Amino acid sequence: MSYIFKLDKVKYKNILNIDNLHIKEGIITCLLGESGSGKTTLLRLLNDLISPTEGSILYKNKNIVDMNPVELRRKVLMLGQTPITFEGTIRENFNMALEFSEKEKAEDDILQKYLDISNLNKSLDHNAKEMSGGERQRLALARVLLLDGEVLLLDEPSSALDEDTEKFVIESVVKYAKDNNKSVIMVTHSSLIAKEYGDEIIRMNKGGTIDE
Amino acid sequence: MSDIVDIGILQLITAYIFVIILLFIVRLKGINREKEIVIASIRMTLQLVLIGYVLVYIFENPSPLLTLIIIGIMETFAIFNIFKRVRRNISTKLKGMIAIAMVVGTFTSILYFLFVVVRIQPWYKPQYFIPLAGMLIGNSMTGISLGVDRLIDGFHSRKEEVETALMLGASSKKAAKRIVNNAFDSAIMPTINSMMGMGIVFLPGMMTGQILSGTSPLTSIKYQIAIMLGIMGSVSLTVIIFLQLGYKTFFNDREQLDV
Repeated sequence: MSYIFKLDKVKYKNILNIDNLHIKEGIITCLLGESGSGKTTLLRLLNDLISPTEGSILYKNKNIVDMNPVELRRKVLMLGQTPITFEGTIRENFNMALEFSEKEKAEDDILQKYLDISNLNKSLDHNAKEMSGGERQRLALARVLLLDGEVLLLDEPSSALDEDTEKFVIESVVKYAKDNNKSVIMVTHSSLIAKEYGDEIIRMNKGGTIDE
Repeated sequence: MSDIVDIGILQLITAYIFVIILLFIVRLKGINREKEIVIASIRMTLQLVLIGYVLVYIFENPSPLLTLIIIGIMETFAIFNIFKRVRRNISTKLKGMIAIAMVVGTFTSILYFLFVVVRIQPWYKPQYFIPLAGMLIGNSMTGISLGVDRLIDGFHSRKEEVETALMLGASSKKAAKRIVNNAFDSAIMPTINSMMGMGIVFLPGMMTGQILSGTSPLTSIKYQIAIMLGIMGSVSLTVIIFLQLGYKTFFNDREQLDV
């Protein structure tokens, strides 16, 4: 079993304090914990959006400070807690994401496939700003999946969805990840989702420590 | 064309009736601005009188060093004025970029304008160098102030959008692109709008001054066209240099947003 991330004595201000954490490759890892336990901070550290104040983070046994941050983020993609859509149509949102990662534009049938995984029943020409919170969250999720990274960091990817839609979306994402050998690290507020879909669960405590 | 009609001191004093009218109106309306109006009028008078005598001395004693010192003072004043004008806090790094952009952008434009377009002899002739450089520096100062304001505002109000772009693998340049483009647009639009109305809505100051002093309108329009193009070029150049350098100050060496 190989590890996608290894954290050693990682601290971030007074928010996170992880002595030792190894995250396995190719599985669904769920982060559970109450508000303020540092779950989002941990994902941001893994995405190199912020740097730890102490300690080291290894990605596939390479220290991330020795890696080009843009190249790292193209392999380790993140979906933030607040779904941000860009101005323009759904298609333009997809194309913008592809441009960010310097990937070729995709045909409509490929884009449609990712809308289906996210259970977003909208035309590609639909204005992204004229969608509900739940729809924007699903578009943001589809956008991240399209970029085909090695790792998906998902911060509460279904928080704005009703129970049935949430179940459908999480199941689709898990199936997609397993079929394509992706590693997923997902923050969820639901212990039910974590138990049903997570191969491993990491519980985080207030003060940013981890349950052994 | 007749020589310019000089204004006597007593005639000049009669122009202050406009200040008195304004003071009367604000007093009547209960708008508490009398102090500012009086101070502004006195400051303007003293500053212009002072600059008038300074210019007389400079024109009578032209020298390359003196011309360069004057330009240096104008640039310094313009740069500090930008720092003061911008509503938000400006980081030290960003202040540095403003200074570099102003100096490089305006100097390039001034030199091109004076050596290639107008071709004054000698190059340091203050009657030409100082007013023309002043217009380029002044307008660039206004343009860059808008650009700085929009850039800082953009990074604060669109912070999540920038981070989302970074999360999707964008470089800092791509993540900042929209903010930079909006800032550039905001900075140059006043110049473009001014060009749209020129000659129809208003006669620009330089042209007015030349006509009053007896220059043929056909000569003065050539100067006006040339200086407006020079201004557009100088504003664009200073703003684009600033934005290309300035956006980087919002990211650290790990391409992490540092607002």
